[in-house]
Amino acid sequence: MTTPHAPKVTGALPHEPEKATLEGRNKILAFWLFLGGEAVLFGTLFATFLTLRNQVAEGPSASELFSLPMTAAATFILLVSSLTSVFAIQAMHRGNKKSLMGWLSVTVLLGLAFLILEIYEFSVYMIHDDYSMTTSAFSSAFYTLVGFHGAHVLFGILWIGILIGQLLKKGLTVVTAPKIYVSAMYWHFIDVVWVFIFTVVYLLGKAGV
Amino acid sequence: MMKRWKAIRRLGPLLIGLTLLLSACGREDLSTLRPQGSVAEGQYGLMKLSIGIMIFVMVVVFGIAAYVWVKFRRKPGQNEIPEQVEGNFKLEVIWTAIPIILVLILAVPTIQKVFAFGEDYSADKNAIKVKVTSHLFWWEFTYPDYGITTAQDLIIPTNKKIALELKTADVLHSFWVPSLAGKTDTNTDGTINKTWIETSKEGVYLGKCAELCGPSHAFMEFKVKSVSQDSFDKWVVSMKEPVQTIEDPAVAEVFKSQCLSCHAVGEQGGSAGPNLTGIGSRESIASILLNAEGSGNTVDGKPVKDNLVEWLTDPQLVKPGNKMPSPKEDLGLTDAEIKAIAEYLADSKVSY
Amino acid sequence: MAHAHSVKRHKGLMDWLTTVDHKKIAILYLWAGGFFFGIGGIEALLIRVQLAKPMNDFVSAQQFNELITMHGTTMIFLGVMPVIFALMNAVIPLQIGARDVAFPFLNSLGFWTFLFGGLLLNLSWIMGGAPDAGWTSYTPLSSTTYSLTHGIDFYTIGLQIAGLGTLIGGINFLATIITMRAPGMSFMRMPMFTWTSFITSAMILFAFPAITVGLVLLTFDRILGANFFDVSKGGNPVLWQHIFWIFGHPEVYILILPAFGVISEVISTFSRKRLFGYSSMVFATILIAFLGFMVWAHHMFTTGLGPVANALFSISTMLIAVPTGIKIFNWLFTMWGGQIRFTVPNLFAAGFIPTFVMGGVTGVMLASAPADYQYHDTYFVVAHFHYVIVGGLVLGLFAGLHYWWPKMFGRMLSERLGKWEFWTFIIGFHLTFFVQHFLGLIGMQRRVFTYLPNQGFDLMNLVSTIGAFLMGVGVIIFLVNVVITARQPVGVANDPWEDGRTLEWSIPSPPPEYNFKQIPLVRGLDAFWKEKTAGHKEMTPAEPVGPIHMPSATILPFLMSLGIFIAGLGFMFTSDDFGNNFLNFIFNNYIVTGIGLAITFGSMLWRSLFDDHGWHIEQDELNEKGVKA
Repeated sequence: MTTPHAPKVTGALPHEPEKATLEGRNKILAFWLFLGGEAVLFGTLFATFLTLRNQVAEGPSASELFSLPMTAAATFILLVSSLTSVFAIQAMHRGNKKSLMGWLSVTVLLGLAFLILEIYEFSVYMIHDDYSMTTSAFSSAFYTLVGFHGAHVLFGILWIGILIGQLLKKGLTVVTAPKIYVSAMYWHFIDVVWVFIFTVVYLLGKAGV
Repeated sequence: MMKRWKAIRRLGPLLIGLTLLLSACGREDLSTLRPQGSVAEGQYGLMKLSIGIMIFVMVVVFGIAAYVWVKFRRKPGQNEIPEQVEGNFKLEVIWTAIPIILVLILAVPTIQKVFAFGEDYSADKNAIKVKVTSHLFWWEFTYPDYGITTAQDLIIPTNKKIALELKTADVLHSFWVPSLAGKTDTNTDGTINKTWIETSKEGVYLGKCAELCGPSHAFMEFKVKSVSQDSFDKWVVSMKEPVQTIEDPAVAEVFKSQCLSCHAVGEQGGSAGPNLTGIGSRESIASILLNAEGSGNTVDGKPVKDNLVEWLTDPQLVKPGNKMPSPKEDLGLTDAEIKAIAEYLADSKVSY
Repeated sequence: MAHAHSVKRHKGLMDWLTTVDHKKIAILYLWAGGFFFGIGGIEALLIRVQLAKPMNDFVSAQQFNELITMHGTTMIFLGVMPVIFALMNAVIPLQIGARDVAFPFLNSLGFWTFLFGGLLLNLSWIMGGAPDAGWTSYTPLSSTTYSLTHGIDFYTIGLQIAGLGTLIGGINFLATIITMRAPGMSFMRMPMFTWTSFITSAMILFAFPAITVGLVLLTFDRILGANFFDVSKGGNPVLWQHIFWIFGHPEVYILILPAFGVISEVISTFSRKRLFGYSSMVFATILIAFLGFMVWAHHMFTTGLGPVANALFSISTMLIAVPTGIKIFNWLFTMWGGQIRFTVPNLFAAGFIPTFVMGGVTGVMLASAPADYQYHDTYFVVAHFHYVIVGGLVLGLFAGLHYWWPKMFGRMLSERLGKWEFWTFIIGFHLTFFVQHFLGLIGMQRRVFTYLPNQGFDLMNLVSTIGAFLMGVGVIIFLVNVVITARQPVGVANDPWEDGRTLEWSIPSPPPEYNFKQIPLVRGLDAFWKEKTAGHKEMTPAEPVGPIHMPSATILPFLMSLGIFIAGLGFMFTSDDFGNNFLNFIFNNYIVTGIGLAITFGSMLWRSLFDDHGWHIEQDELNEKGVKA
């Protein structure tokens, strides 16, 4: 047990700068806890979706609606972005700020690409198929689950974007390192959630199970 | 003489106690503590068992607590430090094991009864099938085997299983006849809940909606009337006899255009509101205006005609939030027409 | 890094708006909770007046439904939750020997979001009608088809915001208890109140996100026209019942566990004995929390889930009696052989035991599904949960408030008034609720705005109403006690009850803003008692005296919560016609919502960009204060 003392931000960075201070360790722990809560949140959304996925009323069913190639591409993009955020953390542990910022930027760009694909997908459904939140219970559950995830991605992009700015201004310190570390945790989490969405919503939906 | 006085003195408190106990047990036609049907009796049995176990627990806990509070009070000048006991394995095992045993004693009959009450009698040929539909704030009863639809009074024969199939027309309600059986919800998701009731005693039993459903939730009452098999058969025939019409042609026209668009009398009319066939023989108007003609309402009943007039004059006053348009304000009926219709409906009787 | 010694310290209102000190946040929680508790109490009295006699027309049917909905919602989410958080904030950092919680900023944020959520919910009374579908808000009664006002929107969005605050608080306390314990304080040396708060926080973390989703779904149904609970478009209203109770049942354990903790502390202190069976108490707490997540469907026995589900949920519910029984007997045997002093806190703890046992045994009765078909949705259930929540939790909270009041405020509440308060409250309580068991059993269903005469309900309802007013008198005596006490000078001893066992009693009352001049070294369970019995007056420090780092006060949490509040209010009225072009324009185009979110996210951005380096209390200052104390 350590005493909650202020970090000294001078000197060389330790190997794992995110865990160098009590504040940093607290932040990581609390973020794990937060992700536990987020897991319950998405779990409840998934349960809702599974209950309502065949309740299409007058609207189209999942197999009529979805186009797998596009979502497969989105999945691939997001998976790669998870990998690039791992590279970013590795760069951080090496103390290589430039490489860290580079990988973070790639992560953000990939996230952005994913988001654009998702917005395009939604707009096709809404405009072309006239398929909206109010069409059926299935549509409500679909837009809410996938939309919640999309909002998480958007938040992640903005967040990591701001962190890149902070790196630029303040440099890599024991204050910025935990922020970057938890943002990477967050990014992995929404990636994992997407894997479930891709399986449960799109693959099972397309298969018509 | 002296002896008798002594006996009274001795028995008096007992009698008073019994009366109090009985009044605490509630009305025979309403209380779960005075079951009149086999389901409620089974439930009462479980209640008695669980109350017994729980009183035992309470006596033990209260006893120990009282002893401790009296015995171990800190006395003035008592300053030595009491022994700091960490725990006692044996004791802790005991007060873990005993509750587990008590729970088991309760669990076994619980499971038996869960399955017994969950029995589906809807395919049983000897059972009477009734479809129950709940509406804001009234109850509709349909007998599919007899082609009869009625409302508010559920007529059943004694000594027969009544297989109920429940659904709702709007929000969630719950079907409850305390002296015959516990509740079953009328679900809103389209699923049909099945349950059953049975009684060997003729009589009228009070039923209530037990799930908050809007302003007049409190007034969404109904009656279960159990009659002999002969009476029930007579009632079935009587319900299907052609009904009289209103003599005054003008009123008859108003009745047809304004009332029968939602209500049915005999073969005629709609189904949005309660079926009115034989309404003059029912226990109540709008669930809460009790009819003096009814069998159980000697104290607070009023003549059925007066109740009808009161209801038709201002339904919102009687039952706030109900869905019937106001006959006077929305439908333009005059007081005279209301009176004539009330008279007609009060005379619309069925025989048992 | 510069030592910002000449830090700006706020005064007056600004101090309260910007504080990140857990002790001040505790007081904020206490006042806010007390305020909402008062509102909920007044609603309760209005309900009881209406039910005092048959066919009463004191309030209308609609008003009655609004009153019961707001009474339940207010008491649970806005009344008792914040008072629990008040005690947790006031006590836990002190009990674990920490200078503050892990995240002082989040602590403040949690309070302000809770407060703004609560205010939003209560605004419904003056903005077109309160929610009216019960605190459970079952669909479709709570859909726009059957609930026409914005009442339910205030419910969904207000609770959403308040719930966010609770969730933040829960995470904060989990992290605090995991990482901020003083050297030597292992998990199995933590005071019982810290333990139960720890478990409660974990339950908050896993239960609140479920209701978050539930409320989102209902909000989307009502405001965006989604179809989660609309049967005609394939929705499923029973889904709401499941989601609500998957949250709702753990929620009642979230409420009661901290009370268990308080009772454990009070009984042990005033018996001058260590808690009997400490490890089994910890184990029982964890077991209760675990089982608490597996019993939600016992609220739905009459829904028609089928005999198998009903049987399983009956058994799992009955099992909770076992760990609860362990706790009761451990308390009794803590007192056994002790030297019991009936101070006001201990009086409340003594009242708690039989009352809570009665609520517990009716809970086991309710667990038997076939019998529950009779109890369900009657006054029997009303009696049961008031025995548990008022007879259990509220008595526990009163015990805790009297017990820790000197630590929080540096003044002792009057023991004489406290005894009056206890007796009026507990007698009033039993008068109110004991008869309600019988009302339910003889056929009175709950949530009825009135009842016909001659059903045998009249006398018991009148008794119940009289009892409710007696409880009101008890609460008023408490308030008088608080006011009288507040006018006395500060200055009670570190250990005013003389038998304090845990770390909070080793430091001044009220504690200095840094709590511990030196972080103490913990050498066993009941750390302070251990030192006292070893003949020491103080704890042994685990560190030398040095400058203490403190977090800066900040207005950002307040602003962030204000933003959410504005956004929520704006979102609610997106499709309303105000009959005013300007209002229509700003509400119907999400402009108000946008402004609110901009304030919130702007504050978050500010927080992220400008690091809080905090400030230091220097050694000289500490020594000065040390001399004074």
